[in-house]
Amino acid sequence: MALERDRHAAERALVTLGETELIELYRRMVLIRRFEEKVAEMYSRGKITGFCHLYAGEEAVAVGAIYSLSSKDYVVSTYREHGHCLTKGASPRAVMAELFGKATGISHGRGGSMHLFDPNLRFMGGYAIVGGGLPLATGLGLSIAYKEEPEVVCCFFGDGALPQGAFHESLNMASLWSLPVIFVCENNFYGMGTMVQNAICQEELYRFAEPYKMPGVRVDGMDVLEVYTAVTEAVARAREGDGPSLIEAVTYRFRGHSMSDPAEYRSKREERIWQERDPIKRFRSKIITEHRVNETRLEEIEQEIGAVIDDAVKFADESPEPALDTLMKDVYVDE
Amino acid sequence: MPQIQYREALNQALREELERDPRVFIMGEEVGYFGGAFKVTDGLLAVYGEKRVRDTPISELTITGAGVGAAMGGLKPIVELMTINFGLLAMDQIVNHASKIHYMFGGQAKVPIVIRAPQGGGHQLGAQHSQSLEAYFLHSPGLRVVIPATPADAKGLLKTAIRQEDPVIFLEHESLYGVKGEVPEGEHLVPFGVANVIREGKDVTIVSYSKCVYDALDAATALENEEIDAEVIDLRTLNPLDLKTVVESVKKTGRAIVVYEGWRTGGAGAEIAAQLYEAAFDHLDAPVVRIATRDVPMPYNKHLEKAALPSVAEIVKAAEQLA
Repeated sequence: MALERDRHAAERALVTLGETELIELYRRMVLIRRFEEKVAEMYSRGKITGFCHLYAGEEAVAVGAIYSLSSKDYVVSTYREHGHCLTKGASPRAVMAELFGKATGISHGRGGSMHLFDPNLRFMGGYAIVGGGLPLATGLGLSIAYKEEPEVVCCFFGDGALPQGAFHESLNMASLWSLPVIFVCENNFYGMGTMVQNAICQEELYRFAEPYKMPGVRVDGMDVLEVYTAVTEAVARAREGDGPSLIEAVTYRFRGHSMSDPAEYRSKREERIWQERDPIKRFRSKIITEHRVNETRLEEIEQEIGAVIDDAVKFADESPEPALDTLMKDVYVDE
Repeated sequence: MPQIQYREALNQALREELERDPRVFIMGEEVGYFGGAFKVTDGLLAVYGEKRVRDTPISELTITGAGVGAAMGGLKPIVELMTINFGLLAMDQIVNHASKIHYMFGGQAKVPIVIRAPQGGGHQLGAQHSQSLEAYFLHSPGLRVVIPATPADAKGLLKTAIRQEDPVIFLEHESLYGVKGEVPEGEHLVPFGVANVIREGKDVTIVSYSKCVYDALDAATALENEEIDAEVIDLRTLNPLDLKTVVESVKKTGRAIVVYEGWRTGGAGAEIAAQLYEAAFDHLDAPVVRIATRDVPMPYNKHLEKAALPSVAEIVKAAEQLA
């Protein structure tokens, strides 16, 4: 059942989405990029510490996938989740404040960059154990099926999660029970510095769908419309009760694995090739030339986002630290 | 009051909670058509159907993780791990996920899951099927650790576990399933963190839990002949731990023996002894004695296995030396 890559998906999406929606996709991608650029700056200034994994370069995956969800659908993510969380609707203030470790942060300063969470947005968390989110997503899918609700779960993970047992157990269980889960693999070619071909016997990751009897598709993860189309189809299938799908979005992170990684295992030439495929630049010129979106409008959006990010930093910087007497709070619900 | 087996008491608790709350469901290996590897879930599938008594593939990590996810999605899952030995495959979801989700997301998420698992040795099942691993869970903040000895507590603690909002590790010694005792019918809830002084005495305090409570009681009976009056405390839950009851007892007896089936080194008894020293050093007339399983993978041979496990004779001997 594994499908070949659908080369016309993006063209179809361009037809179905109107100008407002295309501009919204652009806005969301730019928000992530500017946010991550600012995070890098704040990290180098010592305002953000700990592990910090940036999403720059992969924006089309989060935006394309999450744009196809409703607000009540769940998202489960990884430690590289700033983009998913912002796209699901989190305020840049709350996310930035979390990275600053402040009480006003989205996880109240307890989580940091890798553990963002907002139950009202149904953003069900960033998890920092590779593959750890897949069983949770399967369980959320089970809760939806149990309650006979119409929602779906969109679960993001990297290529590094595929050799984990959790991946195989979760795909088997989700398929066995026809659970409404969309497994979105962000294949950025490296698990830290290990190339995917040195980690997985089957480099065409979407083909793992076939043994688990679900549709599998590989999309260009640098093309927001292609991601959007594939996930929209998977969501429709899941809502109909027809079970899970696996989507492999081929993408590239523009920075190292984390802030401390200069990515010396990659060639400059390789990085240049991928930067030429920048999902934001490509989409910008595409909607201007093919959809006659007004460039001035896009420039306004870019300026608006600049102000939003500056405001988020100001908010985070001025927010209070968590009180020390809250240290032992919330270890248990029933104290 | 009717006398029923420990396994029947658990079955009764499950049945009553399935009946009471539609969010409650059971999942695990062989819980449905097989009736549970130890027959704890026997008969439940026929009444509640596959949706609420769900057989799973052999995937402990994802059975547990899916339980955690389902709990976050508003359900009240009861996950049965066929034995705690297999539960080691689920440690990532238990320790890295279930125990931390409430805290690390700022108190915004709850994981009301009960993870039940048989454990313990004494049946010649060899090194991979005879472990008592409560200390692993006791070590992780965020988990409740419940370990009943009697049929009545098995029922009352399981019902409490299902109704509260934190992840609970619920450990059942395999030797106890056939033990009979009086169990209240219908609503019977035993609170967490309240130890049971199961036998009163004035000379020595024997602190225990799970199957070793019976060994402690047998030792206390044997000690009567020597006019040593032992007090036996069944902790019932290790987290929360009712240290107060233990300290009160030691204030009276001045001597304490901790009996447990986990390995001696780093076992729950080591923690109990340490806390006793901190809280009641001035009341102790002698060092706290630990009686536990020898630090060895469990051998198959009957005599070797017996030698590895804590025994009534050891408890008696320790009490004699203390008295």
